[in-house]
Amino acid sequence: MITIIAENSGNILHPVTSQLVNAAISIGSSAHVICPGGIGAVEATKITGVNKVTSVLGDCFKIFDGSAWAEAINSSIDDDSNVIFTSATSQGRELGAIIAAKRKVPIIQDAISLDSTIKVTRTIYSGKALEEIQSSSKCVITIRPNSFDSAPQGNNAQLNTVDKSADLRISVKEAIVKASERLDVSEADIIISGGRGMGSIDNFAELESLADILGAAVGASRAVVDEWGMSHTMQVGQTGKTVTPSLYIAVGISGAIQHLAGMRSSNYIVAINKDEDAPIFNVADYGIVASWEDALPVLKEELSKL
Amino acid sequence: MNIIVLLKQVPDTTAKISISSGYMDESTITKWSMSPYDEFALESALQLRQNCNGNLIAITCGPDRCSKMLTDAAAVGTDKLIHIHHEGYLDSIQTQTLLVAAIKKFEGEVIMCGKQAADTNSGSTGPGVAELIGASCITHVSEVKYENEELIATRLNSLGFEIISTSPPSIFAFDKGVKELRRPNVRGIMMAKKKEITRLTPEDLGVSLTNSNINLISQMPPSEKAPGKKYEGTDSIREIVSKLRDEANVI
Repeated sequence: MITIIAENSGNILHPVTSQLVNAAISIGSSAHVICPGGIGAVEATKITGVNKVTSVLGDCFKIFDGSAWAEAINSSIDDDSNVIFTSATSQGRELGAIIAAKRKVPIIQDAISLDSTIKVTRTIYSGKALEEIQSSSKCVITIRPNSFDSAPQGNNAQLNTVDKSADLRISVKEAIVKASERLDVSEADIIISGGRGMGSIDNFAELESLADILGAAVGASRAVVDEWGMSHTMQVGQTGKTVTPSLYIAVGISGAIQHLAGMRSSNYIVAINKDEDAPIFNVADYGIVASWEDALPVLKEELSKL
Repeated sequence: MNIIVLLKQVPDTTAKISISSGYMDESTITKWSMSPYDEFALESALQLRQNCNGNLIAITCGPDRCSKMLTDAAAVGTDKLIHIHHEGYLDSIQTQTLLVAAIKKFEGEVIMCGKQAADTNSGSTGPGVAELIGASCITHVSEVKYENEELIATRLNSLGFEIISTSPPSIFAFDKGVKELRRPNVRGIMMAKKKEITRLTPEDLGVSLTNSNINLISQMPPSEKAPGKKYEGTDSIREIVSKLRDEANVI
């Protein structure tokens, strides 16, 4: 049996949890899902392949403190569980690493595939290469969102509740939510990114309106983040996020090696650039040699017809 | 206060990664650099040292070539340089065990590192070390200040950011912050060349490394895609959109 630490998104179960269950099923294992703070526990019982769900309730789950969370959920992890899955999100990576250290076992981060012999494929050098590694003992594995399909619904697994908390080592004095709540590039299925070729930060409004039509996230190249002060959370590339959406649309991005590393594994890549020699065209499925001023209105019109 | 910054040397982000006989070929890397997120950790550590009148120690773990990076850290003002000498693969728990032994030896109270290294992209070291030394752990940090005997950090998340307070021992894993990184001046570079690097082996730290249960089977280049199509001008956009919808099924 594989123990899965559920990921939540606010007060609901994050969809990646179902993907982690499917990863367990794909290697012939059943899953015990632990829900920190009980978030999404009832929803988790409905996922096919889930053997049982443990809802761990405690005061420490009110804020994210990886150390406290790991301490509170550790005793709910089955001792005969050889592998523990968390999601390769920022919370899941931190929590997974702490649990691994607590149990004195190694962790393999950001798996994109795995088999029943616990042979894992993951990207290294931000996507410039891949590696295969295998664990011959107990370990923790974090799995990149969208690497596995969601498991089907239609189960009614047993739900246990455990009251367990731990001392918080940190306190949140203030939480600032930014006005725009756009989809995060690391979770989006479609990403529209802009680069220096957009001319100025104001022109990103054009990308945003296109993103609204597609339900896409807006990303940015490093130049835009460093020089124009765009939020670093939007940066795609070696010092930003490595992304693998179904569709990546690069607008006014020339395609530096660091940027290509972060997005070249996307299923489909469309590049719009007025420089026909831009390296981005080497990885694009569809390259459009045109300025964004010319291309975006036409693209918007065509997409609106769908 | 003893501030420790954990640094890792990686191929420069501009480097092309070549694979030979199933593994990354280090001999083709012409430029090695401090991992980019570690640079933010170092800058913040230098500021915190000034802020609390502390002592800044840089620790790295790796082969001979890593000494140069420590010298670079000295050029911007790091007080003490520690090189845990090790060749070859280390898994997460082995790396953490070595770093923890050094952190204890040099009595680190505030530890700073990058949120992940630019080679493995893992991000396990900060949280793992925090657990092993019993420190509080804050990742995705852009800034840390010392005020009224408390450490105040800015932690980034997908919604915005949080202001977090904690007390030492603490580990902060840095994301990209807004601040400028300082560059060394000529005097700093000259002084750094003379700076002693304390070299320690795992045995010196009382750590005997057992075989890892993680086996690195192979490394490979990313799969090459079939070359795409390039179209001049905007007339093709209608066709591309219909292909994305009907053939690729992505919109």
